[in-house]
Amino acid sequence: MVWQFDVIILTLVIVCGIGALAVKDLIGAAILFSAYSFLMCLLWAIMGAVDVAFTEASVGAGVSTVLFVAAVFQTRRRSKD
Amino acid sequence: MKKTGLIMVIVTGILLIAGTTEFPDWADPNSPASSHVSPYYILKAIDDTAVPNVVSAVLADYRGYDTMFETAVIFAAGLACFFLLRQFNRKRAKTKMYRHVPTGIIIDIDEGGKLPEENSNFERIDSQWTPYDLIIKTTCRIIIPFIQVFALYVIIHGHHSPGGGFQGGVILGATIILFAISHDLRTTIKRLSEKMASVFSSMGVFLFAATGMLCLLLGSVYLDYSALSDLLGTDPVMARSHGILIIEIGVGLSVMAVMIWLYYNLSSAGKHNEGL
Repeated sequence: MVWQFDVIILTLVIVCGIGALAVKDLIGAAILFSAYSFLMCLLWAIMGAVDVAFTEASVGAGVSTVLFVAAVFQTRRRSKD
Repeated sequence: MKKTGLIMVIVTGILLIAGTTEFPDWADPNSPASSHVSPYYILKAIDDTAVPNVVSAVLADYRGYDTMFETAVIFAAGLACFFLLRQFNRKRAKTKMYRHVPTGIIIDIDEGGKLPEENSNFERIDSQWTPYDLIIKTTCRIIIPFIQVFALYVIIHGHHSPGGGFQGGVILGATIILFAISHDLRTTIKRLSEKMASVFSSMGVFLFAATGMLCLLLGSVYLDYSALSDLLGTDPVMARSHGILIIEIGVGLSVMAVMIWLYYNLSSAGKHNEGL
């Protein structure tokens, strides 16, 4: 396994996680969270847990983002803190 | 408050990271997790269940109880969302908005006014109407059947390749959600009503539990699919493979319906009139 991939993806995971917390726009946070899920999916795939990667891609990056966006549309788009 | 939260997060994070140093190395064959039950699953899965994908065999057969209650939890999540959000005694919007398709004129029809006929040039629109987009609608219409076929493949082929009921069900539900986003919520609910979604989600859990019960009635233990061999007309090993397929279909059905149900309730705040 190429360890450089691990380092790059892990860095991006941390960046996405902090970004999702820091960003004021909640739609942006949902999209960043989706990117986070997709990078986690790549990490699972690298570690050989293909089933988990599949679930992460379909649930984490797919449906949960839609549900987050739907929830944001029914409440407020900007976060207070 | 914000500072206290930050300090708590940092302290917990440091404790968690300190805890991971005690973990065995990744892919360490001598770690406790891979020295007791894992070798048995890896060596015996194909002899016991005739399922090449060990993960599916573990999830649906050796650890069938876990998966059954996992499905029940997902069903409960759908139910909880329904009970929290759904509003039945909703106030109907006073005016209904219709758009004349050839000219693009929008008319408001008050309560009690004469509504256009079904096949006329008028179409019902949401109050926040986004213009008709030919490219998005056509693309989604073309791509949805292919995604659905892939989802069915993921469910059916779950014990030979990565995948299974859960993933396939989510993909199948996502196609309906894609349809609801590209068209509108009313059209989708006409195709797959809320009642259908609730019936499907409970039916999936029931199919799982009933398969287990059937094994019990046929004189074996709960969720031991080899008891179904006479019923399916195969040998006990193959019957376990078929049993896994049956419960994967149940899981897929339940997960698909719950995802759609969640979307219906979340996107319209429980009113089921206008979606995203």
